[in-house]
Amino acid sequence: MRTAAIIKRICIEMMRDKRSMALLFIAPVFILTLMYFFFNGEPTDPRLGVVHIEDSLVQILEEQEMEVIPFEKGDKDTVLAEDLDALLVYENGAYKLILENSDPSLANTINLKVNQSIAAQIRAKLAGQLGINLEMDENLVVKEYIYGDADSGYFDILGTIFVGFFVFFFVFLLSGISLLKERTSGTLERLMATPVRRWELLTAYLAGYGVFAVIQTLIVVTYSVTVLDVVLVGSIGHVIIINLLLAFVALTIGMFLSTFASSEFQMVQFIPVVVIPQILFVGIIPLEWMADWLQVFAKFMPVHYAANALKEVMYKGEGLHAITGDLLALVVFIVVFIILNLLSLRRYRRG
Amino acid sequence: MGVSVRIDRVSKSFGKKQVLKDINLEIEEGMIYGFIGPSGAGKTTLVKLIVGIHAPDTGTITVLNKKVPDMDLFRDIGYMAQSDALYHDLTGLENLKFFASLYNLSKKEQKERIEYAAGLVKLNDDLKRRVSVYSGGMKRRLSLAIALIQDPKILILDEPTVGIDPELRVGVWNELKRLRDEEGKTILITTHVMDEAEKCDYIGMVRDGTIIARGTPAELKERYGAESLDEVFLKAGRSDK
Ligand SMILES: Nc1ncnc2c1ncn2[C@@H]1O[C@H](COP(=O)(O)OP(=O)(O)OP(=O)(O)O)[C@@H](O)[C@H]1O
Ligand SMILES: [Mg+2]
Repeated sequence: MRTAAIIKRICIEMMRDKRSMALLFIAPVFILTLMYFFFNGEPTDPRLGVVHIEDSLVQILEEQEMEVIPFEKGDKDTVLAEDLDALLVYENGAYKLILENSDPSLANTINLKVNQSIAAQIRAKLAGQLGINLEMDENLVVKEYIYGDADSGYFDILGTIFVGFFVFFFVFLLSGISLLKERTSGTLERLMATPVRRWELLTAYLAGYGVFAVIQTLIVVTYSVTVLDVVLVGSIGHVIIINLLLAFVALTIGMFLSTFASSEFQMVQFIPVVVIPQILFVGIIPLEWMADWLQVFAKFMPVHYAANALKEVMYKGEGLHAITGDLLALVVFIVVFIILNLLSLRRYRRG
Repeated sequence: MGVSVRIDRVSKSFGKKQVLKDINLEIEEGMIYGFIGPSGAGKTTLVKLIVGIHAPDTGTITVLNKKVPDMDLFRDIGYMAQSDALYHDLTGLENLKFFASLYNLSKKEQKERIEYAAGLVKLNDDLKRRVSVYSGGMKRRLSLAIALIQDPKILILDEPTVGIDPELRVGVWNELKRLRDEEGKTILITTHVMDEAEKCDYIGMVRDGTIIARGTPAELKERYGAESLDEVFLKAGRSDK
């Protein structure tokens, strides 16, 4: 009854706050779309200048998806003047590769491709002399994928992970600021002068914001799957369970931290401390690559568990059994922070 | 007449600062008890302890024979805070409804109480507007209406008439007296306005966290040979030192 009244109040307040609604429902869609184009963009072919290179090698280089531009002669200045990514020169029986190297990873790729091409040309010459056919059969190796398929891209993984991250971020911010407003406006203290119990207040907050977290999840997941083509092999019900739990974690952390903030700005100051580090642990960088102590750190990041579970369900199509551990971890976070919140509300009164 | 509020050797500190020092007080049922005293004396703190939203460091407070804090007591105490604690994104009516729904009132009771409380503070015409567009006085009035919403036995009002115009102020006071006389309610108020203090049945003068003088307005004036309560206050402060 009292819980219902508070839930209703939270919903009315949220619906009237157009900015928050936009933040909750439109911002994630916007950011995901940007990321989609960002990661799915077709890279343009690197520009490779060549000097004194045989036609047979030029042909191989072109097959390697490079734009090959022949020059009479050339040096470093040619690279800069002609806006080349690299220049391959053959003189005195040796190859020389001048790399522009403003993008080291591109330079590496070019280096690799050029070396492979030269090797391929030598192989072809040898084969010609011996009179055997060295044509590589494209289908010599048959590929099988356990998860995803040949078209799986980086965004399929990232998309799923970020679905969880958004829920965490926006629910954290909104619930934290909303409870902070209750503190600073005196309404929280005023509520403590009514028969509302502390657990009723917390339950109402969980339920009230939980509703919005579920709606957000539905919007974000539906949009990612239908418009952005993110894979969803498992069940959307499981995705909602994961995100709802994560939203509860965000909610209870946000509410608890609002105790230590005295203004909305101070609440925002928690973002670099609490929210940003979570991005690093969602699996963009595989956990195994990290130093041991960093891996321990990940164990304290709720988004890490949620991202893991989301990947299992959305990408690998696993069921509940595969994510029980992750869900349990989230539940532990929720329980711990609910207790902390109940304790912090004792500032006002017991019961 | 029974005792409504009993305060027994209560002290309260915030950090190192002791705000209330060994307060003893009894407030009888069915009277208007006024706390007066300079800013920072500890009136609001004392009132919050009685409501039960803060706990005293030492000592006990008993309200209606129940030891504070007690969940049942919150139904019996109508509290109006010194700073308006309202939901600004909601309308006046929604605020009233929200607080009313925290007290298991029936739909019919809710409607009647909202009508009564809003009518008392003359807010009927503005109930459909958001609180964010209310004037200072309107917010004060809405807070007062909320304090009355569940028809509590005890009213605890922290500077209720600040920012309320003289005409409405008279109306509010008449209603407070009616509630005392006809419904036997106990009313605690804090005020800085001396002519409001005159209207109280009993006065406690608070200074530096202690009650330096108490009695009916007439008694106090006689005891200190003073013409007005202002004068009593100055003399009481001096003799205290
Ligand atoms: N939450 C708090 N933390 C720290 N100090 C506090 C707190 N609340 C009140 N105080 C201090 O307690 C003292 C008494 O404050 P209180 O609000 O009770 O005064 P008051 O008599 O109501 O004053 P006024 O007439 O201005 O409302 C003040 O010195 C104030 O600074
Ligand atoms: Mg005060």
